[in-house]
This record gives sequence, structure tokens and C-alpha cells, in this order.
Amino acid sequence: MTFSMDVFTGAIDLAAVLLLALGIKGLSKVRSARGANGLAAVAMGLAVVGLLIEIRPDPIAWLWIAAGSAAGGLAGLVTARRVPMTAMPETVALFNGCGGMASLLVAVGVALFDAGDADIVALVSIAVSVFVGAITFSGSIVAMAKLQGWLDTPGWTQSRLRHGVNISLAVLCLVAALLLPGDPGGLPLWLLVGGSTLLGIGVTLPIGGADMPVVISLLNSYSGVAAAAAGFVVGSQLLIVAGAMVGAAGLILTQVMCTAMNRSLVSVLFGGALGASAGAVGGGGSEAGYTRITSCSAEECAMALEQAERVVFVPGYGLAVAQAQHSLRELAKLLEAHGVEVSYAIHPVAGRMPGHMNVLLAEADVPYEQLLEMDLVNPEFPRTDVVIVLGANDVVNPQAKNDPTSPLYGMPVLEVDQARQVFVVKRSLGAGYAGINNALFEMPQTAMVFGDAKAVLNGLLSELRSLGVGKAKVAA
Amino acid sequence: MSLLSQSLWVLLLGSLLGLELIGKVPPTLHTPLMSGANAISGITVLASLTLIQHAGSNTALLVLGALSLGFALYNVIGGFLVTDRMLAMFRRKGDSR
Repeated sequence: MTFSMDVFTGAIDLAAVLLLALGIKGLSKVRSARGANGLAAVAMGLAVVGLLIEIRPDPIAWLWIAAGSAAGGLAGLVTARRVPMTAMPETVALFNGCGGMASLLVAVGVALFDAGDADIVALVSIAVSVFVGAITFSGSIVAMAKLQGWLDTPGWTQSRLRHGVNISLAVLCLVAALLLPGDPGGLPLWLLVGGSTLLGIGVTLPIGGADMPVVISLLNSYSGVAAAAAGFVVGSQLLIVAGAMVGAAGLILTQVMCTAMNRSLVSVLFGGALGASAGAVGGGGSEAGYTRITSCSAEECAMALEQAERVVFVPGYGLAVAQAQHSLRELAKLLEAHGVEVSYAIHPVAGRMPGHMNVLLAEADVPYEQLLEMDLVNPEFPRTDVVIVLGANDVVNPQAKNDPTSPLYGMPVLEVDQARQVFVVKRSLGAGYAGINNALFEMPQTAMVFGDAKAVLNGLLSELRSLGVGKAKVAA
Repeated sequence: MSLLSQSLWVLLLGSLLGLELIGKVPPTLHTPLMSGANAISGITVLASLTLIQHAGSNTALLVLGALSLGFALYNVIGGFLVTDRMLAMFRRKGDSR
């Protein structure tokens, strides 16, 4: 290769790294996020083009490149277009698992067929790439299956036995990795592939569904590490730097997720499922625990809204499941037209991953300034007339603040019990994710409005319209 | 400088850069940021392409390379597009559609 060609591809690589870094940075600001995502995509494209110019694939290679690209690209396009916003956590998990699989396949390919002239660095990198790639793949797939509801947390995974199993698997992987350089394409490789895959399953399976976002974020960091290791395997500096960047940024992101969910990484990874035992006792939607429930109709609720000056909605995942975001937005618009101050209180774990509810409400055209974080909205509840809780449960449970015996104790919650009047829209008195009763439901200022969130919201809309809300302004 | 030590430097500096890139993230962006970072980790496409190039006429290796390329691109294309779909929905009060 000529000198000038080297400089040219080197410059492309540098530009790609720079754009990637700017892309990751820009993704953490609301105004620049969309552009930054595009920038990172362009950087990725540049890196690929630069590599293709450098390696000049022959016609046969082009054929296989085209086949792989067409299949993966098309599948990605269809998935990205079709997937509902409610399914975002499992989609990210699936994508991430595929990234891990890619690193795994590259390392296995090199180990099987191309290890003849590999030095010790490449051989160690192969072992690392197989190990991390396989864990990322199997862990992500388990995370996806749990989020989809295809997999429960089996009871046996909550016993201490699981630590023994996982440590044995880790030792097996270590031994296989040490033996691999001596026989790259032989038994140690397959032991490592099998051991790491099982280890990925073994460490992810005991973790409860509510903690999955942290796991996905951590696995995302791993897939960066897997990419960097693959960079050592094929000798690509660009891959090393990009993989290292994503791996490190992923660690910080994992920390951010842990902080948002008020969990420590250690307790997520080794502590078992949150409230799994309590769920086993009180689960199945038992209503036995409640004695002082007041329920009311949509009409009464609408009258309270009509007279309110300040209303806060607390949306939870149940709202998204009922696809009621649009009805909620319509109700909010109607109240705003009536002169009511409307905002939305967003708990950090509303939805099924941090920030998920924000996406779901954005889909319904709710301006993001109206979404108030917990720290901002909590001081506002005492001067709020009406709070409407829609499909949220544990995140509004006052026991988290004042009952040290509650499994939720210590979790930051939205202090809706401070508001003058609270309506809880819920299908039944079934328990929330943590499987425990909610003291809020029995408080004197609380009334339950039973029904599907969408049906109740539409009911409220027609009640308010029949009360003349919204029309008065038009006439005036 | 040997290739190994050069690569290790690249690894070190890349990691340090990555640690600095994400600071305070507004909660609104947690989900898109995770999905965007995930798309970038599909950079493994570069390794897949290199593997295909190395394969020569070894069909098994070509198949492995193409499979790996497919998986990586699924991660990249799907990740970037779905992130864009989410971010496109964020708007301020008064923004027109």
C-alpha cells in the first residue's frame, strides 16, 4: 500500500473516532441528542468505508459482505420500524446480544481457521473475545426473555447454590482460556464457548425483572469490551479505541442507571431478585390485605378535576400497556384549556427502564418540559389539588418512607400522599412489581377508580366535556 | 513502539476518553442514550469485515464472517434507527410537528 493511501485511510479512521466521541457526548444533551445519534451513525459509516478502502475485498468477499449486510441491515430496519415503544428495554437487550454474538463469531472463526500465524497476544485476545462475547450474548437474551415475560425468575436461582454454580463455571472458563493458546481450534475453545454462555445465563437469570435495565447497561459495556478484544484479534486500532470508549462509557452509564434506580451494582448482580420472596407470598393479585378502600366513579373524579387549579398525573407502565398515553394527553390539553396547571410526575423507574416513560409520553406529543423529575415534583405535592395515579403502584407507596419493615423501605418515592386529593386508576387491587400492599390506597384522601386506564381516561374526557369544560373558553 | 504497546496505549486512552464522555445525563435521555451507546458497540462490524477479507476461499470462514457481519449490522442499523425514532419524538412545548 502506498504512503498516501495509508495517510488517507488513517485520516478517515481519526475522523471516525472523533465523530464517535462527539456523538456519545452529544447524546447526553436533549437539544443535541438526535444530531449526535446521526453523527455517531456517520462515524460508523466512515469507519466501514475506510476499512473497505484499506482491505480492498475481492469479488468473493464482496459477495459475502453483501449477503451479511443485506440480511442484518434489513432485519435491523424492520425491527427498528416495527417495535412498539413499550418494548424498548427488550429491544435494546436483543440488539446488544447480537453485538456480543458478532464478536464471539469473529473470535471463533479466527481460532478455528486463521490461528496459524497468531501470536500470544492474538490468542489471549481470542479467549477474551469469546468469553465476553458469549456472556454478552446469552446474558442479553436472558434479559430480553425476562423483560418479554417469556422467562420467570426460577426459585432455585434465589438460593446460595447459584453462587457455587457460577463460580464453578467461571473457573471452567479460566482453565479453558489458559489452555486455549496451546490448541486454538480444539476442545478448550468449545469449553470456553459453552462455559461462558452458561455463565451469562447463570448470572442474569437470578436477577429480577425490575433490575434488568442495570444488567442491560452493564452488558452493553461488555459488548464494547468484546469489540475492543476483537480489535486485538484482527489487529484494528480503530476497533480497539471505539470498543474501549463504548466499554468505559457503558460503565458510567451503568452507574447512572444504578443511581437513578437507587440500587447498588453489587446488590443488583449478587443480591437476587428484589421482593421475589414477598411476591411469592402476596402475589396472584390477592386483595385480602385491604380493609378501608374507597372507590369512586369517573363522574366524581371529573368533578374534582374541574374544580382543581393544579393537577399532577403520575403515569406508570400500566398506562403504556393500556396504550392510554394519547387519551391522557387529550385530557391534559382539555384541562389546560380550562386554565388548570397540568404536569406529569416521572419516577426514575417509571416504565421499565430509566427514561422509558419519557419516551412513551413523548410518543403522545407531551412536551418534555411538563415531565417533572421526582426531586422537582415532590415539594410541589402539598400545593397540588388533584393527583391522578395511572398504572403506577410501588413508586407512590408511602411505606417506602415511613415503614421500616416494608421491603420497599428506603426507595425514593413520589410523595403523592401530600396532595389534597388522590385518585388511583387501577384495574384491580393486585400487587405491584414488588408484590406488596400499598398504604396509599387506604388513606382518607385517596379514592380508587377501577377500570382500564384508557377506558377511565376516555370516561373522564366525556364527563368533563358534558360539564362544559373546554367549551366555555371557545365561547368566550 | 511495538504494535502491542501501541495497541495497549490506544486501549488505555480510549477507555479514559469513554469515562469522560458521559457526565450528567437528564433522566429524559436515559433510554435513548442506552440504545445509542448500544448501537455504537456494534462497531464489531469492522472485525467481521476483516474476517471475511482474511477468509480467502475458506467457505466456512466466509460463512462465519457473513453471519457475524449480519449480527453486528443488526445491532448497528437497528440501534441507530430506533434511537432516532425515540429522539425524533421529543419536542418542546409549542414545537410544531
